[in-house]
Amino acid sequence: MDQDGLYQQQVIERARTPVHAGPLEGATGRGEGTNPMCGDRVRVGVWLDGEGRIGTVRHQARGCAICLASADMMAELAVGQEQSGAVMMGRAFTALLQTGQDDGVRPELMVFAPLRQHRSRIRCATLAWSALEAALTGAPAEDSKDG
Amino acid sequence: MDVPPVVMIDPIDSLRDRRADFPILGETVHGRPLVFLDSAASAQKPVQVIDAMGDAMRTQYANIHRGLHWMSERTTDVYEAVRDQVAGLIGASAREEVIFTRNSTEAINLVAYSFGSMMRPGQAVVISEMEHHANLVPWQMLRDRTGIELRVAPITDDGDIELDALERLVADGKVALVAVTHMSNVLGTVTPARQIADIAHAAGARVLFDGSQFVVHRRVDVQAIDADFYTFTGHKLYGPTGIGVLWGRRELLDAMPPFMGGGDMISSVTFERSTWANVPHKFEAGTPAIIETIGLGAAISYIEAIGYEAVAAHEAALVEYALPRLAEVPGLHVVGAPAERGGVISFTMDDVHPHDIATLLDRNGIAVRAGHHCAEPLMRRLGLSATARASFALYTTREEVDALASTLTQIRGFFV
Repeated sequence: MDQDGLYQQQVIERARTPVHAGPLEGATGRGEGTNPMCGDRVRVGVWLDGEGRIGTVRHQARGCAICLASADMMAELAVGQEQSGAVMMGRAFTALLQTGQDDGVRPELMVFAPLRQHRSRIRCATLAWSALEAALTGAPAEDSKDG
Repeated sequence: MDVPPVVMIDPIDSLRDRRADFPILGETVHGRPLVFLDSAASAQKPVQVIDAMGDAMRTQYANIHRGLHWMSERTTDVYEAVRDQVAGLIGASAREEVIFTRNSTEAINLVAYSFGSMMRPGQAVVISEMEHHANLVPWQMLRDRTGIELRVAPITDDGDIELDALERLVADGKVALVAVTHMSNVLGTVTPARQIADIAHAAGARVLFDGSQFVVHRRVDVQAIDADFYTFTGHKLYGPTGIGVLWGRRELLDAMPPFMGGGDMISSVTFERSTWANVPHKFEAGTPAIIETIGLGAAISYIEAIGYEAVAAHEAALVEYALPRLAEVPGLHVVGAPAERGGVISFTMDDVHPHDIATLLDRNGIAVRAGHHCAEPLMRRLGLSATARASFALYTTREEVDALASTLTQIRGFFV
């Protein structure tokens, strides 16, 4: 059925019962990633702690299992990071999927490595990281008309 | 006396031998035999089309309409013969009414630009809620350019155009054109073209049908449906990409200004002004897609040899077989229940996103489309962000439908 292991139980469980989904009101920064090709959308809210590190991340994701699981893992891994560190984490992950180059990608994210064989689905996994970067860099969150 | 037994061939099996015409169907994907259920996006090509294009390039090719040499004249003859084929295919009353475009999208853009340039603010175009972006965005662009109004005819929850509402939309006499699909690429709905044309004409409007899907499955007769414009594309009709058709009534095409300027579309050119060639050449600027047009001709010959009656019977039987098979899949919901459905079935599945369905089907060699199918407003109307879509062609078999249904059942079990 899933010969190359893209849909590991961990991914399906995360998609089904996300831990970090929730309301974004009151967030220090908010960002959004959309994929116009498929209609997937991830909204992210970030709360910084007293030292400027990422204290809490919440997401509202609409999309496939890959998109939902990736958003939830992003929210988990970003916590405790410097803002720049979280951005670099996302960029390294994106580079891994796009080029295969592992430039210090967090091992937890290797569950998505089979996406290298599904080029059309890479954006599903990187969407949440784009939204996080938008939330951290202050790029205005797009308000979706149908949301 | 021995009476030979009457053998009733199941329509689904009647075209089975034709699969051998499509070399790609022998390929494997991820180690599995290819099950290609994405023909509504683009159909596979029979060897007759492949060879016709290759033979043209190998043995008989030159630019057309202008060469004073044997190769050019012969190639012109072959190219122009396809115009006759298209005219015959759709029942055009004159070959000059057939204009070659790049695809159906370009054909609709041509009408939106050229016919649209003759509209005035206060006039309106009516489309339906289930249009492909190709029959929506050009009219939005026309609206924004000229100040016309764009009206949208609603559909029922089953996926049929609400004809009463359409009548009301055209009742004020301001509608210059009703532009709707002849078969939905999402719902498979075959629209009642003649009724729509009658409603449009009674209100003084012209009517355009986007026949990109319909022409693949049923014979088009532009006279019987009383169309004013009809568009389709070659690559869904087992032909190549890069060639499409606009058919229009001669008196309309004659009155319309050119779409693009350049070579081949002029009568005379000076630095001060140019005059236009007659139709169809007025709308065919530049060197056309010669090889692709020849490929379209081969595709039409191929379909005509099989016969639309056989194609339509095969497809109808396949849809009739597929709908209950898919209904057996736990959590699966077929989208829409139109009065008349072509070989397109969109569906969703509880707890499984269409993209995950498509990826897992692909890992099992089954190609379907997933997403909004270039019909975002329709998705919104249906309250969906995406669907998976299986679409059938003349080479689709019962076993392929079975493979789809059983793999979908496995996918469902995988997620729940």
